[in-house]
Amino acid sequence: MPPTENTSSAPGTTSTSGTPAIEFKDVEKRFGKTTVLKDLNFTVAPGERVTLIGPSGSGKTTILRLVMTLEELTGGFIFVDGKPLTHTEKNGKRVELPSKTTRAMTTRIGMVFQQFNLFPNMTVLENIIEAPVHVLGKPKAEAVKEAKSLLEKVGLGEKADEHPTRLSGGQQQRVAIARALAMSPEILLLDEVTSALDPELVGDVLGVLRDIAETTDITMLLVTHEMQFAREVSHRVMMFDGGQVLEEGPPDQIFNNPQHERTRTFLSSVQ
Amino acid sequence: MIWNWEFAAEALPILLRGFVNTLIATVIGTLIAVVLGLIIAVAIRSLPRWINWLIRLLVAFVRNTPLVMQLMFVYFIFAGIPGLVDVPALVIGFIVIGIHYSTYMSESYRAGIDSVPPGQHEAATALSLPPVRKFTAIVLPQALRATVPSLGNYAVAMFKDTPFLFAISVVELVTSAQQFGAAKFAYTEAFTLAGLIFLAASYPTSLLIQRMEKRLATY
Amino acid sequence: MTDNFTTLLNFLPQLWEGIQTTLILTVAGAIGTIIIAIVLGLAMTSLHAWMRIPARIIVEFFRGTSLLVQLFWLFYVFPLLGVDLDPILCGIGALALNYGAYSAEVVRSSIKTVDKGQWEGAIALSLSPTRRMVRVIFPQAWALMVPSLATLLIQLLKGTAVVSFITLQDLTEKIDQLRQSTNDTYFAFTIGLIIYFVIAWLIQEGMNFLERRATAKLGRRRPNSRADRRVARRDARADKNSDPGSTSVAGPNAGNVGYGGPL
Repeated sequence: MPPTENTSSAPGTTSTSGTPAIEFKDVEKRFGKTTVLKDLNFTVAPGERVTLIGPSGSGKTTILRLVMTLEELTGGFIFVDGKPLTHTEKNGKRVELPSKTTRAMTTRIGMVFQQFNLFPNMTVLENIIEAPVHVLGKPKAEAVKEAKSLLEKVGLGEKADEHPTRLSGGQQQRVAIARALAMSPEILLLDEVTSALDPELVGDVLGVLRDIAETTDITMLLVTHEMQFAREVSHRVMMFDGGQVLEEGPPDQIFNNPQHERTRTFLSSVQ
Repeated sequence: MIWNWEFAAEALPILLRGFVNTLIATVIGTLIAVVLGLIIAVAIRSLPRWINWLIRLLVAFVRNTPLVMQLMFVYFIFAGIPGLVDVPALVIGFIVIGIHYSTYMSESYRAGIDSVPPGQHEAATALSLPPVRKFTAIVLPQALRATVPSLGNYAVAMFKDTPFLFAISVVELVTSAQQFGAAKFAYTEAFTLAGLIFLAASYPTSLLIQRMEKRLATY
Repeated sequence: MTDNFTTLLNFLPQLWEGIQTTLILTVAGAIGTIIIAIVLGLAMTSLHAWMRIPARIIVEFFRGTSLLVQLFWLFYVFPLLGVDLDPILCGIGALALNYGAYSAEVVRSSIKTVDKGQWEGAIALSLSPTRRMVRVIFPQAWALMVPSLATLLIQLLKGTAVVSFITLQDLTEKIDQLRQSTNDTYFAFTIGLIIYFVIAWLIQEGMNFLERRATAKLGRRRPNSRADRRVARRDARADKNSDPGSTSVAGPNAGNVGYGGPL
């Protein structure tokens, strides 16, 4: 059940009717004196799955981290569902939103990390129900029930009471995916989720993600080195270089017929 | 007025005289601890098991019992032996404080020696270096990198423990402050100044050790 | 020698009083230490400079000015300021402030040692800052700080002996009285030191238990546990290539001594 819009929309455009799920407006990100992103503008439509590719240091991970508010936005605005995420414009001035407002916004966003970042002091189940119970205020019994069905879905139904540190990397990552999904996010950010895994464990994790892509209409923003996977699941691929979008389009176009020499060099170096 | 500058001015030279004893106790105590700590660490590594167990018991005993009581203990022992009655309390002070801290420092040496990669031992053995040479030329110099900052921290800790010599009436900084305070009823000035002198001496030293630690951490 | 034991027997009630005083000072001092350590330690990890800087100044002040100065300040100077504290409160206060400042640094560095990914995981789940600290970061930092806190707690126990300087009848003071009545320095002080040693040993065992529990909660085995050391010794005997570095685990503050029972 692929999302209705965008699957075959014209390359490079996301201008569909309705509000974009994510909008970057004049985004700038500096770390000290180095500028990582500059004047970045793009939108992601609801239900769209976008893969960010590019050489390391091109700012792709920073984009995900900005959406998750893990990095401070040093310039411009990010909108989620048309609402400002961290900063807004007031009387022509850029002002920071109260952290509570921002946190209310981030509940719609989930993220899966390269290093899993499961909490070792909680069991697998506790990891998954922590936020639904204490952030969304769900009744515990309901959260547990949902967590268990999510664990079934990622193939770890029997691991609910284990400590994360006793699981393999691939299992930990699948728990992390379940944990993110337990918040029923509208947007899921996947930051090189298979990079820390042994090669033989990558398949399981990608399988779970493929399943999510096929059965839900969650908006996804991915950074990955698994080009085959990117080609299968994404509607659009954006090639970054030096903090700028070098080119973008449907996966077939980017992978088979890249316009830029740099894209070609990059693709041949990773494939 | 709680604070009297005249008292403060009067107290300062007296306190500084007491501070000389504080410094003597710290410096000689540190020397004793640095040497004895190394001897203990090496002894525990190289002596047979039963005696090494005994040393460790002694070390644990000294480390886990109060310095104040140890000072009194040795002080009264010396007082009871005719030939030793005249040993100044300050000497007893730096010996006991030195032994006390040697138990801590031996632990720093042990950790430092353990941090030398096994490959270094193996390489030295491969070169057929005699054990003593292997230890003094290969292991110890590398171990000291990790050990020296920790020894420094203990020296500062020892410095701040020298007021415990009050227990055996050594007129060091705090004792002299207490005596001055009692004589002039000027406790505020005396103890505040004593505290500030401690702070002025220990804080920069700690910062220096921190910097040294960072520098030594990178080869 | 039998005389000594008769004297000791008659002295037992007094000795017990001294032990009680020492224990009260240790326990109350430890509670104060933990409270001060957590408040100042958390403040030092704050993003706000107005919390971080004052906390840092307080910590450096009380670490730098020596326990005895603080004790005498409370005992001699406070009455001049119109605050008359009971000597035992002076003792507890000075111990809590001094060791609290040291422990605050342990709390701070342990929190800083917790993997950055844990903070990010918590932010990604939109946990509130309080929940983040209480439920995610602190439990992990706790496992790191227990060994160093154990060392400091034993130092606090040893530090209680200074209260004999401000008229309190603690264990050290009672032992000195025993020395006077038996006229046997060796006898009296050996007993005194052994009692302190036993209390320190009990504290160490208690803290080892807390540490085992904290690391078990993280799904890990305690590094350098007794079982680990046994295995390491066996490996070392069987195979000289075993890596001794892996069993030496330093706490977050390297200046402190490693843990493990007194033996």
